[in-house]
Amino acid sequence: MKRIMGYSDQISVCPDDTIRFMVNCEAAGDYSARIVRVIHGDTNPDGPGYKEEAIETAVTGRYPARRQAIHAGSCAVVPDHAFLAALGSFTVQALVWPTTPAKGRQGLAGRWNGRTGAGFALGIDEGGGLALRLGDGRGGVAEVAAGKPMLAREWYFVAASYDAATGAVSLYQEPLVPYARTDTAVAISAPVALRLPANVQAPVVFAARHAGVAGKRTLFAEHFNGKIDRPRLANRVLSRLEMEQVRGDLIPVALQSSMLGVWNFSKCISSETIWDDSPNRLHGETFNLPARAMTGHNWTGEEMAWTHKPEQYGAIHFHDDDLHDAGWEVDFALKVPAGLKSGVYAAHVAIDDDEDFIPFVIRPPRGTASSKLLFVLPTASYLAYANEHMVTDAPLAELLTGQVSTMQPADMFLNEHREYGLSCYDSHSDGSGVCYTTRLRPIITMRPKYQSWLGGKGSGLWQMNADLHITDWLEAEKLGYDVITDEDVHAEGYTALAPYSVFVTSTHHEYWTKQMWDALDAFKKHGGRLVYTGANAWYWRIAYHPTRPGVMEVRRAEGGIRAWAAEPGEAYHSFSGEYGGLWRRNGLAPQRMAGSGFTAQGFDISSYYRRKPDSYDPRARFIFEGVGAEELIGDFGLIGGGAAGLELDRADRVLGTAPNALVLASSENHTGVYMVVLEEIYINSPGLCGGESDLVRADLVFYETPAGGAVFATSSIAWAGSLSHNNYNNNVARITGNVIRRFLDPAPF
Amino acid sequence: MYQITPDDRQYVEEFRKTPVGRHSPGLQRILNLFRGEAMAGKYVLVCTKPHREWMLGQFTGVRGEKIRMTNHSFTSLHEAEWYVFKQRWKRHTGEDLPD
Ligand SMILES: [Fe+2]
Repeated sequence: MKRIMGYSDQISVCPDDTIRFMVNCEAAGDYSARIVRVIHGDTNPDGPGYKEEAIETAVTGRYPARRQAIHAGSCAVVPDHAFLAALGSFTVQALVWPTTPAKGRQGLAGRWNGRTGAGFALGIDEGGGLALRLGDGRGGVAEVAAGKPMLAREWYFVAASYDAATGAVSLYQEPLVPYARTDTAVAISAPVALRLPANVQAPVVFAARHAGVAGKRTLFAEHFNGKIDRPRLANRVLSRLEMEQVRGDLIPVALQSSMLGVWNFSKCISSETIWDDSPNRLHGETFNLPARAMTGHNWTGEEMAWTHKPEQYGAIHFHDDDLHDAGWEVDFALKVPAGLKSGVYAAHVAIDDDEDFIPFVIRPPRGTASSKLLFVLPTASYLAYANEHMVTDAPLAELLTGQVSTMQPADMFLNEHREYGLSCYDSHSDGSGVCYTTRLRPIITMRPKYQSWLGGKGSGLWQMNADLHITDWLEAEKLGYDVITDEDVHAEGYTALAPYSVFVTSTHHEYWTKQMWDALDAFKKHGGRLVYTGANAWYWRIAYHPTRPGVMEVRRAEGGIRAWAAEPGEAYHSFSGEYGGLWRRNGLAPQRMAGSGFTAQGFDISSYYRRKPDSYDPRARFIFEGVGAEELIGDFGLIGGGAAGLELDRADRVLGTAPNALVLASSENHTGVYMVVLEEIYINSPGLCGGESDLVRADLVFYETPAGGAVFATSSIAWAGSLSHNNYNNNVARITGNVIRRFLDPAPF
Repeated sequence: MYQITPDDRQYVEEFRKTPVGRHSPGLQRILNLFRGEAMAGKYVLVCTKPHREWMLGQFTGVRGEKIRMTNHSFTSLHEAEWYVFKQRWKRHTGEDLPD
């Protein structure tokens, strides 16, 4: 059973930096902690087995176990303010698009003190309709409810007013689109005996209800699923006509002094700020990263980019399972000692029969490089998949893998602990796609020893635990290397790559920001050599949060293999304003970067490559040194039993493969579980599986660049799983070694 | 949706020999039906000893609910595939396949 897990505040550090570790331990007593350099994470007895190097640091020791909880669910909060203190009578209103009105109580907009129970809360009640709750702070609660459920995924105007003198409450629930024989509109007035206390001392909260404080943290309850657009708070009872007058962005002069807050979610979209257009400046902050740049109630479809017509993007989509930062207390910290070699490290924590690895990268001392060879850990792709729930949530998982899905104890924990947050392969509890992901939480999928259902028959390797096969092989070959992360490449651009002559990718370097793309492109233009030991890289365009490290966004715009699809009008990233979707649809297919791009996938067994005439070209002789003409390449391995598997790429001149590229070998004989990628399919037809379609293959590609550099692409995620076969003595390892050694030679191609 | 026919009996032995891998179109059609079933009651293997032992469970179909564990445990994934195939065959055809 999973009992211990943690995360770190950073993912990439240099000597002298301090990295902090936060741990939740569900067992009693104390746990052990130590720092290790992770060499190999695959526990399969048919392979080299788990390997680490223990690192003696001040971290080594025992620490008291304690439980640290995660509070998921987003909302927006305006801190209490002197202008709010005098609030007696009020009107609160908004446009809302509930996605799960039937799920139970949900807060929409309120000023409620969770400690005293004083204040008001406009929300959705157990019946799925609008309700205004009033609390006197002495245990008395009054409620006026619409009594009719709202329809999911329909826009409503909702409002409530309260007259402090008479106790009169008015409530409006009005669908913007009427339907015949389905009347969900309600307008009621009712007196309540309860009177609100003079000052409830509470923040204004949207999309949840304030539930008190625990230590330094504010707690929220009754999280809302759905969109809120243009909430307003007035300091008196507005008539229905006046409510209508303040619904839009221009507040009539005569009503301006009545308005306490006129929130405009179409401003500051790339930040966590919610902006108050009123002179009171009751600005607030979102909590747990609800989705921004969402189409509002007035979106017309004429404009697809929120930057062009922000006023049509005044909605925030809140989810009860959004998460930004677990916010745990620090358990221990490491001041990175000088003299440690660059590599993949982890804080190893253990109690009873459970353990966790909290991985991070140590770079060479800042401004230096200790090798000409660079391995870039694909932390953006790790974040996209972080804590994915496909096996438990998606019935097609078993069809993709062609085998009964397997789960690890950690997967069971994740299934039952949704507060640990979702991946960009998941949908929220309301069915909407997850476009943000964060590393400020334990990520159980990003661990040595982790086995993934997606990793094919055999070791079950996906992402980090597959990528460690590459670093393990570099160690076995005694090839020195430095490690940095996607985040470093994004932040520092070409500067981070310039000291190196060879860039080695991970097995699946799928998610790239424009900054990362430009950095690698510049590296190649300066003669840098690229070894692409994987497949399906440079696929999704992403954006990092402009100010919150470790937070990433992906909008799954039209095209490509997608776990969900962005809603119409929501294909542009909120963090950057850039169009999301495939790099291929942004004019830069992966073939432009590495000569090869995504063509097919299947997750059962892998296959082998057969040499092609190009492999006998004198330009490619160095690659096949020591490999026989008739040898099948990679008909062995820990990932599906072959070097060509899981996701496959192919060369394609039309998509940007260099005209001088050699296709040295291609894989063949893939199973019927493999299918051509969606971006190749305009008219669907039979014949798109392995064994049927010529597009189901991996191409081994080599080409020289005009700057004297070169590119080598294996075009298969499974490649790395074959490197250690036969004690690292095999043709996959030989080819990879031949390429890297020649690429390290500065002689121009 | 595809319905199993008496002719499909010919593919059972093929599955038994190679539960995961290259399959005839006839067997693939059966597996698409079996493996594509909805989450409620869907089988899953929970690893109890890495690379050595798995316990069979079933999803309830409700997001976030605990997996219902059966008392069937396997020391080979091949065996587990065959067991699950037999259960599904029985559910679709009413027929017990011999061990
Ligand atoms: Fe992927």
